[in-house]
Amino acid sequence: MADQPLIVARGLVKRFGDFTAVDGIDLEVAPGEAFGFLGPNGAGKSSTMRMIGCVSVPTAGELRILGMDAVRDGPRIRARLGVCPQLDNLDPDLTVRENLVTYARYFGLSRAESRRRADELLEFVQLSDRANGKVEPLSGGMKRRLTIARAMVNEPDLVLLDEPTTGLDPQARHLLWERLFRLKQRGATLVLTTHYMDEAEQLCDRLVVMDGGRIVAEGSPRSLIETYSTAEVVELRFPDGLEGVAGHAAALAGVGKRVDPLPDRVLVYVDDGDAALAEVQRRGLEPSSVLVRRSTLEDVFLHLTGRTLVD
Amino acid sequence: MALTRSVHPTFAVLERHLTLYRRLWQASVFSSFVMPVLFLLSIGIGVGGYVGSVQGVDYLSWIVPGVLASTAFQIAVGESTYAVLGDFKWVRAYHAMRATPVNVADMVRGHLLYLVFRVTVTVLAFLVVVVFFGGLHSPWAPATVLVCALVTVAVAAPVTAFAATIDQDSYFALLFRLIVLPAALFSGVFFPVEQLVVGFRLLAYASPLWHAVELCRAATLGRAPAWPVWAHAGYLLVWAVVGVVLAVRAFRGRLED
Repeated sequence: MADQPLIVARGLVKRFGDFTAVDGIDLEVAPGEAFGFLGPNGAGKSSTMRMIGCVSVPTAGELRILGMDAVRDGPRIRARLGVCPQLDNLDPDLTVRENLVTYARYFGLSRAESRRRADELLEFVQLSDRANGKVEPLSGGMKRRLTIARAMVNEPDLVLLDEPTTGLDPQARHLLWERLFRLKQRGATLVLTTHYMDEAEQLCDRLVVMDGGRIVAEGSPRSLIETYSTAEVVELRFPDGLEGVAGHAAALAGVGKRVDPLPDRVLVYVDDGDAALAEVQRRGLEPSSVLVRRSTLEDVFLHLTGRTLVD
Repeated sequence: MALTRSVHPTFAVLERHLTLYRRLWQASVFSSFVMPVLFLLSIGIGVGGYVGSVQGVDYLSWIVPGVLASTAFQIAVGESTYAVLGDFKWVRAYHAMRATPVNVADMVRGHLLYLVFRVTVTVLAFLVVVVFFGGLHSPWAPATVLVCALVTVAVAAPVTAFAATIDQDSYFALLFRLIVLPAALFSGVFFPVEQLVVGFRLLAYASPLWHAVELCRAATLGRAPAWPVWAHAGYLLVWAVVGVVLAVRAFRGRLED
């Protein structure tokens, strides 16, 4: 059991009527891993998560969680999962501690044990001073932390986090990341969806990029950047602004591995930023501003899933 | 690895409702206890002074069992409408439960057990008050607790199914106006259904409330109900069983895809 994958999906499909949300994906998640689903809205991330959480029945394919069948063994699997859903579903009329104790009881824990774990987890997510307060006045970040504490109450083998930091301010996000990182250090297996690239880079050992219900790329953040992007990106802006971009892009052909003209600037994907800049000058181009930066997952993501707005 | 379970999921759901009730009970005391007592005093004693006796007993004693069953009916319906829809739509408490070993049958049973608890407490308090007014005439009077529990499930289960199916609370206005209010007025709570023209009387027979009123009246007055006891109880039981099946199906439809 120890080294068997916690999640195995083979040809997993989810359809809603005519709409195919998940279109035949294969994946494995190993114990202790932090695994991410990255993708634009409607890519099928949440549908996949709901199937893994055993609250949505796959239309086709095989899905095994913790060595059990996701359809047949739903309750037994859910007993060992911790789920942090995209939409908060805390009980607003209960206190912070009551939310945890009530939830712990759903897993069949004794009252004493439920209370012990509630206090311990409130400590962990830094909400002990709010234990007897209501949920309603908590900030978005605090509610998220409480939801994560709630997901930990059954000491789960697998924690599912659906867009854990969406809508939070930077301070709240960083605190949350730090807590999730600690969870991971304790040996928890994390599976999360996100459309924040920095979140994926911060938290995930390995991730898949989903688009249109399919997995379009898979690997560690670093290996994805190596495979689908270049080491560095040169961002050039020109004084003639919006009109000249296409012409400048043509003039930049061959400077890097790929040239990506955007409405307001041109991105040049290169291995060596300084060498590329020298080449730009040699060609007599005169950008109004120049930025050389390291490639990020965002470059990979936009390359793979396109720049068209999906919503 | 497997957790040793110290509480059944159904009771864990019940516990959530009780925890919430502990915070909100003051608000419900008026509607579920003070109101029926005021009703009893104003109509039972006030109106009763003019009416005199009905079917051989004083009017107060005659409406006590009706108000009892009617109170159970009101709590059952009232607590199975906005509360249920809200736990799907706004609080999403049922979605939270769904991610745990709690299954939809546990959710429905936990909710119904909570209502039986609420009704039982109310009925017991009400009975104690009524004793002082000399409103109970039979050692069978405590059996009203069982009757009220039964009518609670018989009514709450189908209403819960309804609440779990709809997406807008405006449907509740229809439920209250077209079904609940007529049922409360024409189910033999305030006057014998024999007063009604035949068509309406058939509607009264269809109403689970009338059957509960008949059983309660039999218990507090120590006389035989209109139909055999098993027929009244059986009718309520059918409502309860069908209602639970519908409610479980409605919960499943809402939570599973």
